[in-house]
Amino acid sequence: MSGKTVHRVALGIHVGAWAPLGALAWMAWQGHLGPVPVAVVTRLLGRYALTLLLLSLVPTAIRIVFGVTATARFRRPLGLYAFFYALLHVMAFVWLDYRLALDLLIVAVFQSRRELVGLAAFAILTVLAVTSIPSLAKRLGRPWKRIHRSVYPAAFFVVLHAIWNYKELRSWPLFAGAVLLLLLIVRIPPVTSLLRRWRRSE
Amino acid sequence: MKKIDSREITPEHVYLNRRQLIRGMGALAAASLLGGCAPQSGPEATPSPPAPAASPGTSMPTAVAERFDARLTPLEDVAGYNNFYEFTLSKTKVAELAEDFETSPWQIRVGGLVDNPMTLDLEDIMAFEQEERIYRMRCVEAWSMVIPWRGFPLSALLERVEPSAEAQFVRFETLEDREQMPGLKSNVLDWPYVEGLRLDEAMHDLTILATGLYGRDLPPQNGAPVRLVVPWKYGFKSIKSIVKIELVDEMPVSSWMEAAPNEYGFYANVNPDVPHPRWSQATERVIGTGERRKTELFNGYEEEVAQLYEGMDLEEYF
Repeated sequence: MSGKTVHRVALGIHVGAWAPLGALAWMAWQGHLGPVPVAVVTRLLGRYALTLLLLSLVPTAIRIVFGVTATARFRRPLGLYAFFYALLHVMAFVWLDYRLALDLLIVAVFQSRRELVGLAAFAILTVLAVTSIPSLAKRLGRPWKRIHRSVYPAAFFVVLHAIWNYKELRSWPLFAGAVLLLLLIVRIPPVTSLLRRWRRSE
Repeated sequence: MKKIDSREITPEHVYLNRRQLIRGMGALAAASLLGGCAPQSGPEATPSPPAPAASPGTSMPTAVAERFDARLTPLEDVAGYNNFYEFTLSKTKVAELAEDFETSPWQIRVGGLVDNPMTLDLEDIMAFEQEERIYRMRCVEAWSMVIPWRGFPLSALLERVEPSAEAQFVRFETLEDREQMPGLKSNVLDWPYVEGLRLDEAMHDLTILATGLYGRDLPPQNGAPVRLVVPWKYGFKSIKSIVKIELVDEMPVSSWMEAAPNEYGFYANVNPDVPHPRWSQATERVIGTGERRKTELFNGYEEEVAQLYEGMDLEEYF
């Protein structure tokens, strides 16, 4: 990957990550969010968070499958954008939807599997976002890697959270689940070494 | 000071003028209703409670008619946010997809365990004394609307077909027309959509067949030309675009029970203390207001319907 390509991809990531927020703000401004704007805002923010979280798992998959290491640098911005949207999603839920009514929120979360897995995922993503501050990451040293493996359960929780959101099985969260599965399968050590051997024999 | 969105006021204001007319008609309906009585239909069925005395000019208990008056959900939301899976899973796209839905001619077959089965045309349905009912509709997805329906008690129709002694449940079916309903291609539910009520629930005065809302005929997306409205149950019980009503002796299996028996029960009574297995039912979004309210037991109709479930464990019979 040439330096130029890296810069282009980086720019693409920044533009691509901010664009949905801009589009959402525009739709809100134009009053195009339908009869229940809160629901649309919350759902879309969640959907962007999940998409970015899955994208943050792609660079490592690319390295394993194609042996390209230059994409590793994109993990951090993608992961941080995922957290950013997750934070906005949670804020929409707590603030726009529940108007900070703590008593109602507590009931909503603890009576609900859907909200519980969402909360678990958000807690993990918060830890990951904080520990990706460079100075802190450096100070953590080796355990950093172990901590950041918890992105896998977080992604799993987020997919569950999305699947459980509907009365019936919807295709898009299932598709997200399938993508997550693929991204995780290549990380299983025997699969990784199999792929490495296959790449060398090419 | 609380800002009031003009969007919320206009339809109500226009609508309230119309209501004066309908009120007058309703008074007549009430007179005939009070004379009516539920048929004795089997040992399981309890007769419907006596219709509470109507105050002058209204066709139903003041408490039911008036308590929502000032908080009607704007028509554009009532007709723009719909669950009607026969068309699409998207609540905001139903209206467009159902725009050309053909509801005339329309027939409803009423049969099963009855002495007097019949096939009703839409004209026969409209011939029942129509009255206005303002009900809160609470969706299992934790949102609610307040809708001024036009319709008539289901009991009026059931009395006409004379349920036989064995009849204990009522089973309803929605139209299944693949040419008009693109959503039928999806297999999220088994088609046709089926719902059911216990006979005493069906005979209850609050249970109506609705033919209109906001003083006009039902928009297609709201279940034209005729739908059930059972206000103390989650919205999915209030089956739309009905083509078949059958009196049966066994509890019908509804489409949602079939799809996910551990999540959707036969009763589906609104209950803030019995969460859906995946989400809380403690509160609900009030459509059109951006607010949330606490969900009430039996959707606020406890006084009217609690006796139907006396001695029943509402967690077991969810």
